[in-house]
Amino acid sequence: MKPRQKRFALIGLGLVALAVAAALVLNAFQSNLVFFYTPTQAANGEVPQGRSFRIGGMVEAGSLTREGDGLTVHFIVTDMAKRVPVTYKGILPDLFKEGKGAVAQGQLVAGGTFVASEVLAKHDENYMPPEAADALAKAKTAGAQSSGTLVVNPR
Amino acid sequence: MIPEIGHYALILALCVAVVQGVLPIYGAAVGNSSLMAVAKPAARGQFLLVLLAFCCLGYAFAEKDFSVLYVAATSNSQLPLQYRLAAIWGAHEGSLLLWMFILSIWMVAVSFFSTHLPEAMRARILGVMGLVSVGFLLFMLTVSNPFERLIPAALDGRDLNPLLQDPGMVIHPPMLYMGYVGFSVAFSFAIAALLGGTLDAAWARWSRPWTTVAWCFMTVGVAMGSGWAYYELGWGGWWFWDPVENASFMPWLAGTALMHSLAVTDKRGGFKAWSVLLAIMAFSLSLLGTFLVRSGVLTSVHAFATDPKRGLFILVFLAVVIGGSLVLYAWRAPRVGLGGGFAIISREGMLLANNVLLIAALGSVLLGTLYPLFLDALDLGKISVGPPYFDTVFLPLMTPAIFLMGIGPLAQWKQASLPALAIRLRWAFGVSLVTAVAVPWLMGQWTPLISLGLLMAFWILATIAVDLRERLLQAEGGGGIAGRVATLPRAYWGMVVAHCGVALFIVGVTMVKGFEVEQDVRMNVGETATLGGYAFRFDGTQQVNGPNYVAARGTFQVSKDGREVTMMYPEKRRYFVQNQTMTEAAISPGLLRDLYVSLGEPVDNGAWSVRLYHKPFIDWIWGGCLVMALGGILAVSDRRYRLAWRRKEAAVPATAQVARPTVS
Repeated sequence: MKPRQKRFALIGLGLVALAVAAALVLNAFQSNLVFFYTPTQAANGEVPQGRSFRIGGMVEAGSLTREGDGLTVHFIVTDMAKRVPVTYKGILPDLFKEGKGAVAQGQLVAGGTFVASEVLAKHDENYMPPEAADALAKAKTAGAQSSGTLVVNPR
Repeated sequence: MIPEIGHYALILALCVAVVQGVLPIYGAAVGNSSLMAVAKPAARGQFLLVLLAFCCLGYAFAEKDFSVLYVAATSNSQLPLQYRLAAIWGAHEGSLLLWMFILSIWMVAVSFFSTHLPEAMRARILGVMGLVSVGFLLFMLTVSNPFERLIPAALDGRDLNPLLQDPGMVIHPPMLYMGYVGFSVAFSFAIAALLGGTLDAAWARWSRPWTTVAWCFMTVGVAMGSGWAYYELGWGGWWFWDPVENASFMPWLAGTALMHSLAVTDKRGGFKAWSVLLAIMAFSLSLLGTFLVRSGVLTSVHAFATDPKRGLFILVFLAVVIGGSLVLYAWRAPRVGLGGGFAIISREGMLLANNVLLIAALGSVLLGTLYPLFLDALDLGKISVGPPYFDTVFLPLMTPAIFLMGIGPLAQWKQASLPALAIRLRWAFGVSLVTAVAVPWLMGQWTPLISLGLLMAFWILATIAVDLRERLLQAEGGGGIAGRVATLPRAYWGMVVAHCGVALFIVGVTMVKGFEVEQDVRMNVGETATLGGYAFRFDGTQQVNGPNYVAARGTFQVSKDGREVTMMYPEKRRYFVQNQTMTEAAISPGLLRDLYVSLGEPVDNGAWSVRLYHKPFIDWIWGGCLVMALGGILAVSDRRYRLAWRRKEAAVPATAQVARPTVS
């Protein structure tokens, strides 16, 4: 091969590799994006069916119950406007507490219960997961617009 | 008083850094050697000043000076001394000071080990490093001062995050930063070459050891971070594809590509412009990593600051460094030239392919890490990219790269013959294929992924064996095997060892992914749970008091086939100051398996929810990384670099340029 052709071949190979990588990436990307929704959106049915997503907000005080097997827990995630019951089987992260922010990943099943496959561990006591804080803030502004009632930020 | 001295030292260091960044580069441009000579003393002076500042902060921590805001925020009077000192880099301001301190260490190292470099080159390298440190010192002095006073002084500090109170935490950040900042040397070499317009094989030979050493630190640093997550977070995972981990992994990928590309530039004079671009990329990603992790954009144990002024400074700094060096690259790279030609089937060709694959992998990690941030910044919704994305993308990209890794070292430079390679490697391929299929089958669980993973590992080992055999047969040294082994250069042995490390790593990952067993159970006192052939008996918990925490310590007796293997004591700790609960897992490590027990929550009557793991070969993951780093160190110790070192002292003219080390 002439140097010129060789260079084109190399460039061609590079482009093919790039194209393959891009295809892989976009395909994997498409199927692995996890979207975040607020409890209000979940209660209003604005969430995807049969697909995993994240939900975040405050764990309602006094809502945490444990089944006899010691592993299955039920609690309620709220953005102070709507409440979503969550079920999770497994060990909760150290910083999971009633009255604190939490984010859960899983699916919404019939009956409006959110079955979590993962409850996210957070690293700091005073720290509110940004998604949860965001959900609370959104519900607050929406509530203020629609009903005029003041939603008290519990913190 | 002491903190003010530290603060003042930083201001002086900034002045020195400005001088170091401006005069030598200007001197090199106009050919004024007295201006160029400023670089060395400036670098050393700056080191002393930053060292002084660092010691001042250390003193404030040791003496529990809670009138310093940073000390009050990250330590506490009950915190043991070693963690008070580690708290220097326990949060944002201090970790920047550590960054700066390590940069000054690298500068001093360059000033001592650069006597063989042409004067203009050395002046430019130290000048560029000086400019980088101007950026960091400005950042610290304007928006992130670790010596800021708290008036009135706090009665006691807010304590270090309990997750960070761990021996691994003491050593992980300095290691990782040695790597991050080490790439600034490669970066400065590249910028110096662009400024000077000379980029030859000698340039590559000079920058190779620096790059390799930085890469070794980086490898160990990333591995330690992963190990920390494994034993400290209590979830038993070793890699989460968390943005914070990705931030350290991306410069590692770029650095790996750079090392291989520099090899071509050194040996064959090829890939010149590409090496320069990779050096820029590696350091830019290091900066991006530092800032992503430390700026609070990403929420994790590492994120502290959420001051918008800091964010703005960081963005501007990144834009200046990355944008500036890319503009310089676009302007000057054509002068650097492309280097010699080569056929597609050749060692260069394979290294190029490897590089492309590594960079493609890097790009996919970058996309998965930054895309959620962009969406969030543009207020287009909140998403996260899960680990499955990275797994699916990484495997197909790395499989051909690993395959090439086996062939590359056997291929000739410039032009190789594919049929000849196939004949040389037919046994290696056959053996690794058979082993890869047979081993999981014998272990009783065969899946394509396990076989693929093992195939890659065995392929690396088998091709290394073939390569070694050929080279030793060709070697002409007398005195049997030992003499022949000694004829092969250490750089070659370094490569062999590092590639073996990759194989060990792959074995570890494959076995853990394929064979690990996990169980969450509720256990009453005296109850036994069985997992992976081991019986875990729970003997209840008792209260234990630590220096700044109180813990419930569980006792587990582990036995196999009725014989006691070990006792394990996982803890659930409550740290007083931040009133934070922490899981301290118990791990029984072993060459072939780890047993891992962590306590969940107390249920009732002394019963606990407990998490049990059996993780085969997991220590091979970190062992493999250490072996890789060892290979890097071996390569750096090669004689040819030391020859390059001494050349200037002996003032040997250009005839020594091509001398290769022979048998001694």
